[in-house]
Amino acid sequence: MHHKAISIQNLHVSYYGDEAVRDVSLAVEPGNLVGIIGPNGAGKSTFLKAMLGLIPRDKGDVEILGKPVKEVRKQIAYVPQRNDIDWDFPITVRDAVLLGTYPRLKLFRRPGKKERQWAMECLRRVGMEEFSHRQIGELSGGQQQRVFLARALAQQAEVFFLDEPFVGVDVSSEETIVKILKELCWQGKTVIVVHHDLSKANDYFHQLILLNKELIGFGAVSDVFQTDIIAKAYQGQFAFMKEMGV
Amino acid sequence: MEFIDAVLHYGFLQKALLTSVMVGIICGVIGCFIILRGMSLMGDAISHAVLPGVAISYMFGINFFFGAVLSGILTAVGIGFVSQNSRIKHDTSIGIMFTSAFAAGIIVITMLKSSTDLYHILFGNVLAVRASDMWITLGISLVVLIAVYLFYKELLVTSFDETMGAAYGLPVRLIHYFLMMLLTLVTVASLQTVGIVLVVAMLITPAATAYLLTERLWVMIFLAAGLGSVAAIVGLYFSFTYNLASGATIVMAATALFVLAFLFSPKHGLLWKTLKTRRKRASLT
Repeated sequence: MHHKAISIQNLHVSYYGDEAVRDVSLAVEPGNLVGIIGPNGAGKSTFLKAMLGLIPRDKGDVEILGKPVKEVRKQIAYVPQRNDIDWDFPITVRDAVLLGTYPRLKLFRRPGKKERQWAMECLRRVGMEEFSHRQIGELSGGQQQRVFLARALAQQAEVFFLDEPFVGVDVSSEETIVKILKELCWQGKTVIVVHHDLSKANDYFHQLILLNKELIGFGAVSDVFQTDIIAKAYQGQFAFMKEMGV
Repeated sequence: MEFIDAVLHYGFLQKALLTSVMVGIICGVIGCFIILRGMSLMGDAISHAVLPGVAISYMFGINFFFGAVLSGILTAVGIGFVSQNSRIKHDTSIGIMFTSAFAAGIIVITMLKSSTDLYHILFGNVLAVRASDMWITLGISLVVLIAVYLFYKELLVTSFDETMGAAYGLPVRLIHYFLMMLLTLVTVASLQTVGIVLVVAMLITPAATAYLLTERLWVMIFLAAGLGSVAAIVGLYFSFTYNLASGATIVMAATALFVLAFLFSPKHGLLWKTLKTRRKRASLT
């Protein structure tokens, strides 16, 4: 049976009555790389967390792979913003990736040889295997982001959510990450990326969700990436528009 | 030597030694999670908050264990409720709730007119440990160590990246309160040895020392447990030999170990950091 990867109906989220996300409805087909863009304070991260069921919603339904989020949590991988992580935590690169195997381990079960090998394989995919014994704080921003992508890969999920994965990341890491995200989509996985920078949106994504509290635009990049639509989202923030050259 | 001799001869000293070593171990283990979650103040709060529970248990003649767990958990819930439902920040909420619980405890104890008991609860009196106290401590230690062993995975994920845990379906709120319950148990076990006022030192100091010495959580846990028990033994020695308050000497021993790690830790120690900086600067001239 064919399911949408994500389907959202009339989603409303507020913080104690202050609206953060207003009446968003959309559906994403599997195999898409989707960017969520919008100005600062547009509720992008809130929207992402509401989709994942991490914060309560006031109204609306979210279905992932045709089911309520609660029933498909093991099919979802989430990569947090880099500044949400304590980089001094006593954990090595390999062990951080190994966390990705935890959702599929039963209660009281420890990761074994199979899990460790799989974690190393995921590290290899992001080109970080030689750093496996480093403490995570010893890495550069781009390397840290690649390690967290490896952790998401280790989860063997169907739908991936990444919150601002390119902030403070060097060019070559960014290229590696984008390449892997595109590969995931070829394999039929769905990838949702919160992204604050308009400049690369064109090259990176298949679809865009343009958000400023409410849904301003959604669809193929070429359809959404229009001067008038972008202007509506970034009301008055024209510096952005010059940067991207629309 | 005299101390070892005395340990071999006196039952009360054996009980004191065993109890404080157990306390050193479990405080070290739970302390690792407390400091990594940035909850040191919470550790202080919960340890103080058991006082009214202990006092009320005394009043009704039941084992203080039950009262202590109840008042510890209630305070933890109260702290969460106030900070989530107002603009009051978490640390402020902690300050309000635990001081009021502590004050309530002092009032109840003064009503009982038993100031010696208050003194012992606040500052510990390890040389007066009875066999029953020792068994309670042993029971608590087993519960705490088994719980940490069984739920290590969940404790690791939620300490490192709580959002990831929530995203794949862990009951993060429940795990938080479960840890608070373990913390209360550890506090109760430590009442006799170091007393309410200084429990937080046994939770934080050995764990912080271990944190400076390793980059792996499980190593940190074992180190903290080891450092905690060394501090307990050394502290008890000084307490016995020079007739000093046991809680204070144990905490000072833990602090001494921390200072050593702070200065000489191979990777994070002040000494090596300074030397490395000097060498680098010298190489540039």
